[in-house]
Amino acid sequence: MSFIELKDVSKSYGPRNVLSGVNLTLDEGEFVSIVGASASGKTTLLKAAAGLIPYDKGSITMAGEAVTDFSTKASYIFQNYSLLPWLSAFENVNLAVEAAFPDWPKPMQKEQSEKYLQMVGLGAALLKKPSQLSGGMRQRVSIARAFATEPRVMFLDEPFGALDALTRATLQQELTTLCRSVGRPVTALMITNNVDEAILLSDRILALSRGPGATLSPAVSVNLPRPRGADLLMHDDQAIRVRNHLAEFLLAGSDRERPAQRPEAPAASKDVPVEASI
Amino acid sequence: MKQFLNNLALSLVGLFIVGGLWALLSATVSPDLPSPWRTWQESKVYILSPWEKRGEMDQGIGLMTAYSLFRVAKGFFLAILIGTPLGFMLGSSNTFFKMFDPTIQLLRPISPLAWLPLGLVLFRQSEPAALFTIALCSMWPTVINTMTGVRAIPQDYLNVARVLRLSKWRQFTKVWLPATLPYMFTGYRLSLGIAWLVIVAAEMLTGTPGVGGFLWQEYNSLIYSHILLSILTIGIVGFALDRMMGFAETKLRAI
Ligand SMILES: Nc1ncnc2c1ncn2[C@@H]1O[C@H](COP(=O)(O)OP(=O)(O)OP(=O)(O)O)[C@@H](O)[C@H]1O
Ligand SMILES: [Mg+2]
Repeated sequence: MSFIELKDVSKSYGPRNVLSGVNLTLDEGEFVSIVGASASGKTTLLKAAAGLIPYDKGSITMAGEAVTDFSTKASYIFQNYSLLPWLSAFENVNLAVEAAFPDWPKPMQKEQSEKYLQMVGLGAALLKKPSQLSGGMRQRVSIARAFATEPRVMFLDEPFGALDALTRATLQQELTTLCRSVGRPVTALMITNNVDEAILLSDRILALSRGPGATLSPAVSVNLPRPRGADLLMHDDQAIRVRNHLAEFLLAGSDRERPAQRPEAPAASKDVPVEASI
Repeated sequence: MKQFLNNLALSLVGLFIVGGLWALLSATVSPDLPSPWRTWQESKVYILSPWEKRGEMDQGIGLMTAYSLFRVAKGFFLAILIGTPLGFMLGSSNTFFKMFDPTIQLLRPISPLAWLPLGLVLFRQSEPAALFTIALCSMWPTVINTMTGVRAIPQDYLNVARVLRLSKWRQFTKVWLPATLPYMFTGYRLSLGIAWLVIVAAEMLTGTPGVGGFLWQEYNSLIYSHILLSILTIGIVGFALDRMMGFAETKLRAI
């Protein structure tokens, strides 16, 4: 059975239908990305999957149990970083660490927070307030905060959106390392508007059609060996095929009211090999 | 700096005009109103030796002001001690809000002159009755502003508290309180202003020593220049209090 499972999930804000019949499964330790256009409902989907907002129809389960609240094993990176402006970078991370490991002695908590801030390259900005940090630096604090609690499940909402290409590449590699460094398999569900980023990091990728009433495309597997370099993305045949396939789906969604393909049954949505669909 | 001097000069001119009007009024239509000069002549003993105590109701203006300030401080702290938690509860619980909001709206416009007799009936002594009145009248801006502040906490911060699984206490100290603090301080500033307004009424009716009590006594003894002295003192102290709170507020917002 899959670790995280969304079955036929629908969600409306008042009269506005955002998601309609979304199906998604994640195995334990899998890294799955969702790409989609702006305002298609990506954040809504992620928040619902994480148990942060209620949904109207369908079911969401984690490890076989219905998701009703945010899981104690999970971390969430918000699209707008959501740092507390009255706390320094260190305090922001340490607040999460203290809550996650209440039994640890204080020095150990402190060490953990500093370790993760150093990992994202903010060792020198520990005492700065968010207002004194650049957008990219804030984003890195929020990444450190999410990982410092050593979660088993990660929900990431455009975690690299505010970064320049260079920092983005460094942190993408860092994310891969972090996902493994924790020692247990980390299951990750990431939202991104960047197809290359999805290919670089994911085991599987799905596209969310343009709303209203957005649905997910069948999943595309990415079987490239890791670590994956940026040059690989440019030239590897499979990467190119995956990119084209996703672009096709996203573009098809923009022409019509409804996406071109729609999975008939939940099971069919999983693991459509990319070779077969082209 | 130049801007500052300019503003200062202008406000002095304004002060002069009002003083002139005062002198004009006392010289023409209202012969009972002491002129600025006579006011100074008859009041200077209070101003020049502000800490002298000649009798229960015959004390230097410094002492009088200190009594009033002390009383206001007690009433004000009582007000924010009750008002802040009340505001938090109203802001965070819809049930609580629906339960008490109508009552609060009903109590809010009641004048201190109406509360004071009730306080006297309740406590049988003028001091606690005065505190009761100050607290009850000055509490509302704190309650309302704190409530507004709690309502205005961005959903993002609440999401963070939830995602980090902060304990109730931590949620309060690390998210709710800092997010609401600027609103709370606006409330405190307004509350202090009202407390200072109420003090005069409270002291007048109870006849306790302080600027308000002094004002009322001098009215009864027909020494009108001392009434003017009291009025000016009340204005200056009120202005200073407001500036102090305003300063604290801007400091807070800068964080
Ligand atoms: N709390 C809310 N109340 C009402 N409507 C909402 C709410 N949150 C989102 N929406 C609407 O739902 C739609 C999807 O929003 P969502 O934030 O999920 O988009 P998104 O795909 O994450 O966009 P972006 O890429 O810009 O972050 C939007 O049209 C938005 O206006
Ligand atoms: Mg979004």
